[in-house]
Amino acid sequence: MADVTAPPYRVIPIIPVLKPGAMEQTHPYVANEKIQEAIGFPGQLVEDWHDRAIAKMGELLKKYRSLKVYLDACVHCGACTDKCHYFIGTQDPKNMPVARQDLLRSVYRRYFTLAGKLFPKLVGARDLTREVLDEWYSYYHQCSECRRCSVFCPYGIDTAEITMAAREILDSIGYGQKYSNEIIGKVHKIGNNLGLPGPALEDTLLGLEEDVKEATGVDVRFPLDEKGAEILLVTPSADFFAEPHIDSLIGYAKVFHAAGASWTLSSMSSEAANFGMFIGNYEQMRKIALRIRQAALDLGVKRIVVGECGHAWRVAYSFWNTLSGVGAGANDPFAIQLQSQLDQRYKQPMHICEYTWDLIQQDKLKFDKSANDKYVITFHDSCNVARGSRMGDEPGGQFEIPRNIIKAVANNFVEMRDGTTREQTFCCGGGGGLLTDDLLDLRVKGALPRMEALKEVADEQGVNFMATICAICKAQFTKVLPYYQFERSMVGGVHQLVSNAIILENRQ
Amino acid sequence: MSILFTLLFYLAFLVIALGVGYKIFDFARTPAPLKIPTTPAPVTTGGVVLRMMREVFLFESLFKSNLWIWIFGALFHFGLVLVLLRHLRYFTEPVWTWVGLIQPFGIYAGFAMAAGLAGLWARRFLVERIRYISTPSDHLMLALLLGIAFSGLSLKFLAHTDIVAVKAFFLGLMRFDWQPLPESGLLYVHLGLVATLMIVFPFSKLLHAPGVFFSPSRNQADNPREKRHISPWAAEMEK
Repeated sequence: MADVTAPPYRVIPIIPVLKPGAMEQTHPYVANEKIQEAIGFPGQLVEDWHDRAIAKMGELLKKYRSLKVYLDACVHCGACTDKCHYFIGTQDPKNMPVARQDLLRSVYRRYFTLAGKLFPKLVGARDLTREVLDEWYSYYHQCSECRRCSVFCPYGIDTAEITMAAREILDSIGYGQKYSNEIIGKVHKIGNNLGLPGPALEDTLLGLEEDVKEATGVDVRFPLDEKGAEILLVTPSADFFAEPHIDSLIGYAKVFHAAGASWTLSSMSSEAANFGMFIGNYEQMRKIALRIRQAALDLGVKRIVVGECGHAWRVAYSFWNTLSGVGAGANDPFAIQLQSQLDQRYKQPMHICEYTWDLIQQDKLKFDKSANDKYVITFHDSCNVARGSRMGDEPGGQFEIPRNIIKAVANNFVEMRDGTTREQTFCCGGGGGLLTDDLLDLRVKGALPRMEALKEVADEQGVNFMATICAICKAQFTKVLPYYQFERSMVGGVHQLVSNAIILENRQ
Repeated sequence: MSILFTLLFYLAFLVIALGVGYKIFDFARTPAPLKIPTTPAPVTTGGVVLRMMREVFLFESLFKSNLWIWIFGALFHFGLVLVLLRHLRYFTEPVWTWVGLIQPFGIYAGFAMAAGLAGLWARRFLVERIRYISTPSDHLMLALLLGIAFSGLSLKFLAHTDIVAVKAFFLGLMRFDWQPLPESGLLYVHLGLVATLMIVFPFSKLLHAPGVFFSPSRNQADNPREKRHISPWAAEMEK
């Protein structure tokens, strides 16, 4: 990977010409037996992989309307072809959303449709061969499930759904991805993606209390496993030690402190991320979500607040009520048990940005905005928040609320070019289970459209800080910014800015 | 020939009605286990209906995505709708007033439809990305539709056929009182292509028409925190 270089900025952002096969050799490490079997998948590629893959596809077609409709409805109109950041960065035609879908659709047609059974050549149907399987592995790990294509498709076809199905099929025949599956194993075994055990977490939090005391003179607490606390904070584990993530964790703690809220983290469930979504596996996603339900029940909390993490917020906001009953409006015993414990006057779950913004609106937080005057700030919308969730009461609250917070805590805010923000935001290039060094080349290339938009505001308006609310975005940008001649420290969380500006008082 | 077309149209009708009917049933019975609307999305059912109408009648997403495809797609689809409505006069007696009123527009629509199809087809050759994703069936489908448009326009402007007899033929089909079809090569071509289209409909990408209504990213309300959404197979796991 020594030869990873960023593609050149496009002088005019025209649609690139095709370079067939450019990325066909790119694929992440395959999971070994231990990793696979730990989460219930076959250890290695099974002998009857062909039949089992087709059977799995048939099963998924019965379970997911999205898959069935999306495989049938595409007309090859081409609307999506220039919308994927990986296509723009790599120019590989198989990274065009429709072509990526067709890798699976061609096999679907061959085995599940009359036209494909009778006239395979005519409708672009093909047999499932080992080559096709390898192609799936390669290109379905070049999709970050960011849903940008689904915004532009006249039928709303979401390539993420196809990618998830493909990864689910691959896992079921023993051809899983090391990075995601290893992490899922860790969350079950230790409680978080990073494999940070309880005592280490406790140490880290104590250290943070000292750091904050030293910096501000105020006793800001970072409570762990405190029964009877009102709020359970579930945040990506990167927040506990990675830079710049940790600065946002400090920000959350300061907000809770300033609001006088009783809150706690959980060592048993010290992870908001849910990689079960990335591999498209409902059971895994549910199991991981149930850990948080368990922590909430054990600690007796009334509210669940989620930290800055993109896909975690999508899972929490869009899926938790389904998976584990965190939400409202249920009439089944399973969900009622938890919902009767949670305080339904508040949104369940609530995003930390919703929490902070509510307090700002109630005038409960005080800021010294000049503390952020060294920055000209822009905001990078994270894909899963932008296109797979909401904040607040209105559609689009997920765009307004983080921006409102930034404007409340800092004086200099600038937007990136239209068409690269809000629901049309470009993925950071590292989402969807691709944040691994064995895919660094892809990650650097996939960041191109975002880097172009950032360069524009950096050059023209002096932007020197890009705020975001996703742990993966933060880690990805920290890694790839230098390839585009930016400083790593240019990226950080919204609550990092909050942390800089918030005025604290000691509580008795 | 009349007997052949009589049988062909009964067959075509059965295939499209049963085929599309089955597909709709199949889409409808397949659960959508998770809330996956592409956000920002409407938070109420009424809002979802509006979003779907904008999608179906204005091609809203396509408009955001690519103006050329939108223009050609709109020309073709709206042209087709008018042309189809215009053709209602062959299936109704007496002809409904509004069908009578739109007759002149239907003719322009025929040209619009052909122009839209030609534009869409040109893109399949001229735009590298779209050339790459096009399959033989994509080309054939456009050829079929253009064939229908051209043969239809020719029947109007080049070689008139006895449309009174054509109408009698179709009313006869509907009333099981079979009538002969006028002898006209062009008419045979036109009707043959239409029947072909009806037959391939349920087996082809033309399923995008019913499919769009079942697309979870477009037809779900964004209210997962307020209302629990769970599919029967997922609820089983809680027992």
